[in-house]
Amino acid sequence: MSKSHLTRRGLLKTSAIAGAGVAMPTIFTASSASAFTNEPTGGTVTLGFNVPQTGPYADEGADELRAYELAVEHLNGGGDGGMMNTFSSDALQGNGILGKKVEYVTGDTQTKSDAARASAKSMIEKDGAIMITGGSSSGVAVAVQALCQEAGVIFMSGLTHSNDTTGKDKRANGFRHFFNSYMSGAALAPVLEANYGSDRKAYHLTADYNWGYTTEEAIVSSTEAMGWETVNTVKTPLTQTDFSSYIAPVLQSGADVLVLNHYGGNMVNSLTNAVQFGLRDKMVNGKQFEIVVPLYSRLMARGAGENVKGIFGSTNWHWSLQDEGSKAFVKSFGEKYGFPPSQAAHTCYVQTLLYADAVERAGSFQPCAVVEALEDFEFDGLGNGPTLYRAEDHQCFKDVLVVKGKENPQSEFDLLEIVEKTPVDQVTYAPDHPQFAGGSLGTCNNGG
Amino acid sequence: MDAIILQILNGLDKGSAYALIALGLTLIFGTLGVVNFAHGALFMIGAFCAVTLSKLLNASYTTIDESRTDFLGNPLKVEQPYVIDWFGPEVGAAIIDWSVPLAILFAIPVMILIGVIMERGLIKHFYNRPHADQILVTFGLAIVLQEIIKFYFGANPIPTPAPDAFTGSFDFGQVIGFDANQIIYPYWRLVYFAFAAVIIGAVFAFLQFTTFGMVVRAGMADRETVQLLGINIDRRFTIMFGLAAAVAGLAGVMYVPINPPNYHMGMDFLVLSFVVVVVGGMGSLPGAVAAGFLLGILESFASMGAVIDLLPGINQIIIYLVAIIILLTRPRGLMGRKGVMEE
Repeated sequence: MSKSHLTRRGLLKTSAIAGAGVAMPTIFTASSASAFTNEPTGGTVTLGFNVPQTGPYADEGADELRAYELAVEHLNGGGDGGMMNTFSSDALQGNGILGKKVEYVTGDTQTKSDAARASAKSMIEKDGAIMITGGSSSGVAVAVQALCQEAGVIFMSGLTHSNDTTGKDKRANGFRHFFNSYMSGAALAPVLEANYGSDRKAYHLTADYNWGYTTEEAIVSSTEAMGWETVNTVKTPLTQTDFSSYIAPVLQSGADVLVLNHYGGNMVNSLTNAVQFGLRDKMVNGKQFEIVVPLYSRLMARGAGENVKGIFGSTNWHWSLQDEGSKAFVKSFGEKYGFPPSQAAHTCYVQTLLYADAVERAGSFQPCAVVEALEDFEFDGLGNGPTLYRAEDHQCFKDVLVVKGKENPQSEFDLLEIVEKTPVDQVTYAPDHPQFAGGSLGTCNNGG
Repeated sequence: MDAIILQILNGLDKGSAYALIALGLTLIFGTLGVVNFAHGALFMIGAFCAVTLSKLLNASYTTIDESRTDFLGNPLKVEQPYVIDWFGPEVGAAIIDWSVPLAILFAIPVMILIGVIMERGLIKHFYNRPHADQILVTFGLAIVLQEIIKFYFGANPIPTPAPDAFTGSFDFGQVIGFDANQIIYPYWRLVYFAFAAVIIGAVFAFLQFTTFGMVVRAGMADRETVQLLGINIDRRFTIMFGLAAAVAGLAGVMYVPINPPNYHMGMDFLVLSFVVVVVGGMGSLPGAVAAGFLLGILESFASMGAVIDLLPGINQIIIYLVAIIILLTRPRGLMGRKGVMEE
């Protein structure tokens, strides 16, 4: 017969050892192949759609959400399948991802880094999201990407155009399908030269934040390389609503081109103000004065109304493209919602498909396996022609569209016309290009 | 020299908007003693009156054009405005083109009604509460109004252009002997400035030369005595609230062609307008107008390249810097009555 001496101290010791024992598997298996953050165990898998639902980019966020809902429907075998039918990879079968039905939760980024991080964190910790995607701003993308890296989930960014997202702030768990400032500059410059000549004086107004700087740098370097002179670069506060005091001095500077490195409400207002001042009717240095908007968004171009006519810019995708992928996407989106998708909707839909496809090919939801499947993945049929997800920086390389505000729009969606499809070779750069230098991917994180 | 003239001109239209909003704010503070943080929202609602009228005038029926196709390849639906059918192509198009000036007529009754409902329905319950409570409730109201507008009109700006007759800009420099293109100024901004001057003049004339205005001024100076004389000052103050709402609303209507309106535009102006009121002197009408133009022009100067090179970031802080200096050295503001905002 044994005698039990159950003392307070003994109990504490035993429970501490037992506690350590219980905790051990997770401590030791964090890097093993079977356990990672939010490993789906039941018959479903949860994706987290982090888009601006309130705030100035709410309409763009709503379009992203429509695209995500469509993607989920297609992944689960509903609807007409959209671009899954034209996608060059045939891993997706319309039976969810790895046989698990796709469910989703949404968060509101409010286009604020802290709010976006909080909503992403909540979707990862409370709702068990295995992947986070979406957003309409580079500030948000960079912040959420870093959070996903720490948490050990994959981040498939939405609309983010700053070089830094896949430049100095790149992360192993983050992937960008959207194009970037450098690509805009490289694609625009030859078109600008062909239309406006190589002897021009440019004046830049630049939104005073990360995306503005990288876009200004990209456009300045690519236009100077073809012979343009940069007369002045002026930073404008992000909160500025009336740009008259910045636009009025443009003519006095002797410039004959105004480059508006602005997005969203800033772009709508600065362009409207510039047109109001009659800049486009002026002759300077014996040449017609011109305006350039490096990054166009059709949703936002609508806000500027007539003012966009004839103005050059670049865009990641446009619904009027006639390849099979684009046509399939426009058809299923248009029939479901009654209007064509925006470039934000397109990139978000594509990112969801690319993630699902990578999981299928990897045979696992484990982030590092997904990273491996996406790195150097070449695909086609998703609306941008042959595309490469480059391993060195997790940036997609594909053709870039140069567009112009349409002179005679046929409908409220028909605002931009495609002027040129700049081939991918012309917009490709070395991973250590000065505009992308500093920072490294690091190693992928499975969390646990 | 030309750069200086240019920035003065630039400051005028911005100053006009500040002055109009601040005028209403200070009128409400002077009469009712309420700090109205929903005043920016009234400016925004005024702008959306113009948008609404423009949408109403553009109300269309759909015809199917078999010869053209939409983005899905279906026959194109063409919108035909009713106005064009009713008044013929020329008059109809002119009515649509002039929707913004026409919206002035539409906005006045709407804004007065909104102002009166706001005052009777909500703000009157806060007269005897501390300023902090008033700020909280009116700020909350502003957010509610903003969200209502966003629900109906979306978050994106809505282009609502000025009549074609006012597009382009006026070469002011050539008139006073400078080279062409040195000092240009858009026609609509000139209209905005003139409009603001007329409204400000009308408000002052109303207060100065009518019996109603005289009673209101008496009430502002000594509310109790006026009430003891058997005058229902509360009703007059309610009307003044409606009037202040209309002034802010009209400022919004005419601002629409300058920048396409969105639900957030009121907040952008609100804080600046408060600074204008504080600088001008709480409750002082001439102070609000003078400070509005002064700060508008100062802001324009601060965003000149040469100034920014000298003092980086000055364009973003100039207005607040002035406010701090005024509050430190002359808390009652430029034209404020002695004792207001002073211990």
